[in-house]
Amino acid sequence: MITHDIVVVGGGPAGMAAAVAAYDAGVTDVVILDREDSVGGILRQCIHNGFGLHKLGRELTGPEYADVYRAEVEKRGIKVYLETTVTAVTPDRVVTARNREGILKIKAGAVVLAMGCRERSRGALNISGTRPAGVYSAGTAQKLINCEGYMVGRRVVILGSGDIGLIMARRMSFEGAKVEAVLEIMPYSGGLTRNIVQCLEDYDIPLYLSTTVAEIHGRERVTGVTIAEVDERRQVKEETKRYIPCDTVLLSCGLIPENELTRAAGIPIDPVTSGALVDENRETAVPGIFACGNVLQVHDLVDYVSDEAEIAGLGAADFVKGVGPAGNTVETKAGHGVRYVLPQRVHTDKGADVALFMRVTEPFGRVRFTVKSGDAVLATAVRLKAAPGEMEKIVVKNEKLAAATAPITVSLEVL
Amino acid sequence: MDRSLICIICPRGCALHVSGEGDALTVTGNACPKGGQYAVDECTHPTRTVTSIVRVANREDTMVSVKTAAPIPKEHIFDVMQKIRAAEVNAPIEAGTVILADLFGTDVIATKTIR
Repeated sequence: MITHDIVVVGGGPAGMAAAVAAYDAGVTDVVILDREDSVGGILRQCIHNGFGLHKLGRELTGPEYADVYRAEVEKRGIKVYLETTVTAVTPDRVVTARNREGILKIKAGAVVLAMGCRERSRGALNISGTRPAGVYSAGTAQKLINCEGYMVGRRVVILGSGDIGLIMARRMSFEGAKVEAVLEIMPYSGGLTRNIVQCLEDYDIPLYLSTTVAEIHGRERVTGVTIAEVDERRQVKEETKRYIPCDTVLLSCGLIPENELTRAAGIPIDPVTSGALVDENRETAVPGIFACGNVLQVHDLVDYVSDEAEIAGLGAADFVKGVGPAGNTVETKAGHGVRYVLPQRVHTDKGADVALFMRVTEPFGRVRFTVKSGDAVLATAVRLKAAPGEMEKIVVKNEKLAAATAPITVSLEVL
Repeated sequence: MDRSLICIICPRGCALHVSGEGDALTVTGNACPKGGQYAVDECTHPTRTVTSIVRVANREDTMVSVKTAAPIPKEHIFDVMQKIRAAEVNAPIEAGTVILADLFGTDVIATKTIR
């Protein structure tokens, strides 16, 4: 068994930013483990632009954003184990991995989990019909086209209007495919408004809300889909069924944090975020194990993944140095109109401001968020609009936090 | 002119409104100057950055990602795509290398390094 101060599981944007932040905080014995043959994670296949405006102040493509962090990792001489798959993390921070050379066992001072997420599959969606070729998750199609150069189809229906589905609608159009429609089972899109404009409206691709795929047709290859509107309980309205011929179906129906290692380590998971329960340093309920990026909560923007990973990297460095937070914690709770709040617990003696991140339950117009502990108001924030697809951030000041004794609840009121 | 549009410059997605005629366009709803400029450009000469891939001839199943170094006129997106699709390069390629020079006032450059 070898030892390292900090072991980062996953070399995507979260893992790289966490490693760099920990290194810069003075814990230089940091290693990154990644199962792929190069770092960058999902950004390697996200060749479109729009990354980095917040974090780096310039607009980059996914590979360029990843390259910025790869250069920072290389500059510091942080060791990266590539084509190395982590198979277990124990509560006492022994990380087991395998690669071509065999089994690697590392005793870590602290562990940062940054495994990202995977896509919800057809099986998980229970779409009826036959099982022909031509049904892909949007991210799989993205990888086949953008990294390996294989076009996946010519006439496409996309189920799900999350950002990956919207981006792929444009991408398929660029490569000469006809995108017949994007369907969204909810009455609103989960994607960013700018993506609906620049990926669908620019190319006259229709977006049908409250609509889903009722059945997939075809024996060898997809020949078409039956689509239908759904009622408020998301049940298909039989009378609205209609047939669209197509040879390809892309599924963009949500991302699932890849927390198998986390669960196996006995780390408690938040049923709403599907990520670990963490404090403001992104430390899980198991001491010395931290989590950040899409494995913790699914983000809209990589810029915010990098921010969150820096918090986790600094937290891990503090833990290794023995200066982590030790005082009382209070829980955070989602109140009216709020689906979840992260972190789920906060040290009240943090000695610094703490940012709370949250998502709303449905689209709203102008709203006021109120952060309360008992009857004490810790912070308020007004937003012109709020949507489930756009994460909100509210900062609670140090002095307000220090006085909090009851659980912290974030709720909203429509103005 | 009396046009509503959504800003695509950043993920905030401001709801913009443009009124006025010719050189005297008034933009409201923008949270930053970039949004104001975007609205005027979108109503006079809309542009987009195009991103795609180019086959790496001397590597199996390998593509290099590319982008237009600056936004191009929107009506020429598919002209640029046609040129990009016909192109081939050989590795090694550094990110930033010009793959196709001088298309609609800009270059198509690599956004990935293939060693």
